[in-house]
Amino acid sequence: MSAFELLAFSPPGWGAVLLRGLAMSMSVAFGGYLVGLLIGIGGAFGKLYGGPVLRDLLACYTTVVRAIPELVLIVLLFYVGSDIVNQVMQLLGRPPIDISGLAAGIMVIGVVQGAYSTEVIRGAIKAIPPGMIEAARAYGMKPSLMLRRITLPAMLPHAIPGLSNLWLIATKDTALLAVIGFTELTLATRQAGGATKHYFLFFSAAGVLYLIVTLLSNVLIRSIERRAYRGIPEVG
Amino acid sequence: MAHSSGTDAAKVIEVIDLHKSFGDLEVLKGVSLDAHQGEVIAIIGGSGSGKSTMLRCINMLETPTSGTIKVHGEAIEMKRDGKGGLKPADQDQVRRIRTRLAMVFQSFNLWQHMTLLENVIEVPVHVLGRSKAESTELAESLLKRVGLHEKHDTYPMFLSGGQQQRAAIARALAIQPEVMLFDEPTSALDPELIGEVLAVIGDLAKEGRTMLLVTHEMKFAREVADRIIFLHNGIIAEAGPPEQIFGAPESEHLKRFISALS
Repeated sequence: MSAFELLAFSPPGWGAVLLRGLAMSMSVAFGGYLVGLLIGIGGAFGKLYGGPVLRDLLACYTTVVRAIPELVLIVLLFYVGSDIVNQVMQLLGRPPIDISGLAAGIMVIGVVQGAYSTEVIRGAIKAIPPGMIEAARAYGMKPSLMLRRITLPAMLPHAIPGLSNLWLIATKDTALLAVIGFTELTLATRQAGGATKHYFLFFSAAGVLYLIVTLLSNVLIRSIERRAYRGIPEVG
Repeated sequence: MAHSSGTDAAKVIEVIDLHKSFGDLEVLKGVSLDAHQGEVIAIIGGSGSGKSTMLRCINMLETPTSGTIKVHGEAIEMKRDGKGGLKPADQDQVRRIRTRLAMVFQSFNLWQHMTLLENVIEVPVHVLGRSKAESTELAESLLKRVGLHEKHDTYPMFLSGGQQQRAAIARALAIQPEVMLFDEPTSALDPELIGEVLAVIGDLAKEGRTMLLVTHEMKFAREVADRIIFLHNGIIAEAGPPEQIFGAPESEHLKRFISALS
């Protein structure tokens, strides 16, 4: 079979399998990234303004997650996580549930991303000129309004480089989910290669797909950057 | 909260026996001050005299160690903070009072991710809940008044310090404040930009607005203020109309302060 036939969308071509894998990868990356961002915002505020106990807990979280290889964490969180869920189900007298690969993947990537986001966002908040926060207080803003209208938009320019990196890392970290049997792009590629013995072709195709994701992401990131930097004159 | 007498009703701000310490350093050692409706009070004094701290205690940007602040007779309620000082008992009350006192800062403190127009309508729309159309109309007229109408779509960092400070004054006016608090509004400006900001402030003073102005601009203070307060080492060392303070200073400290500046 030629390369075109092997990559065709309908069987015996494997194109549809790869694209489905890519769709799964992107769902996990997007979901995990969002979960990570939410953890990161909460974590950053906890670290900056929380009490001593909360601060210590968050320090443990970011240190441990950033210290352990992601592959180990993924295996650990997946098996431990599903075990805990099912033990809770048992305690409640419910039958065990099968956690979907997608949900588990999002959870695992989210927890990993959250640790890095926490640090990126904490740094970005600290870079906001304090006078802007003071003005918000002086004009009677509630903390929730201040967060939404001042703190988050003002920290964005400082956070974007770090958060863009994290997004690109998230798209590639999804490949690690192959070890828990989640059929994302990398596992789909291995299956296609294994079935046809055309490993080089399929892994090259997967590489191109990852590259396209990155290139498209860069376009999006640049437009977000332009908007976030609107109030800041260019230097040099 | 009974205020039967006429003079009390005219008191917009009352500062009663205000003390403020930072750690072991007592910056304010019992300051009392009344600001009446329409009065322009200039607060002068050397650096470290406590003048900015006093101003910042009025809207609770600094929490007094002891003492009382009243706005139109309403005392800001305080409770013990467990560390020998005070803290506001009711944050809602503090926020409500803050929307009646507009502060203009030394370093402008405009919100850099918003255009000038967005800066000016931010508090009216999102804190005071006014309509966007009505707020925009008011904001445009205020920006015109401070000479920045053509800059309403510009972001603050693209403007000079003088322009930023004039925009900050427009933001302050937009909440239609009962009192304006100016915290060294020209101290961060290049000398050639000071005049344009003082012109705007002088204009407001003539309108009969109640203003507290911490400043180093003695000539300006003399021109616009109804009353001058001289703070020295955390107490009001001397107070009175400008001609008395500058023409016939009594205390040695004030004499030295004035001669050092002229």
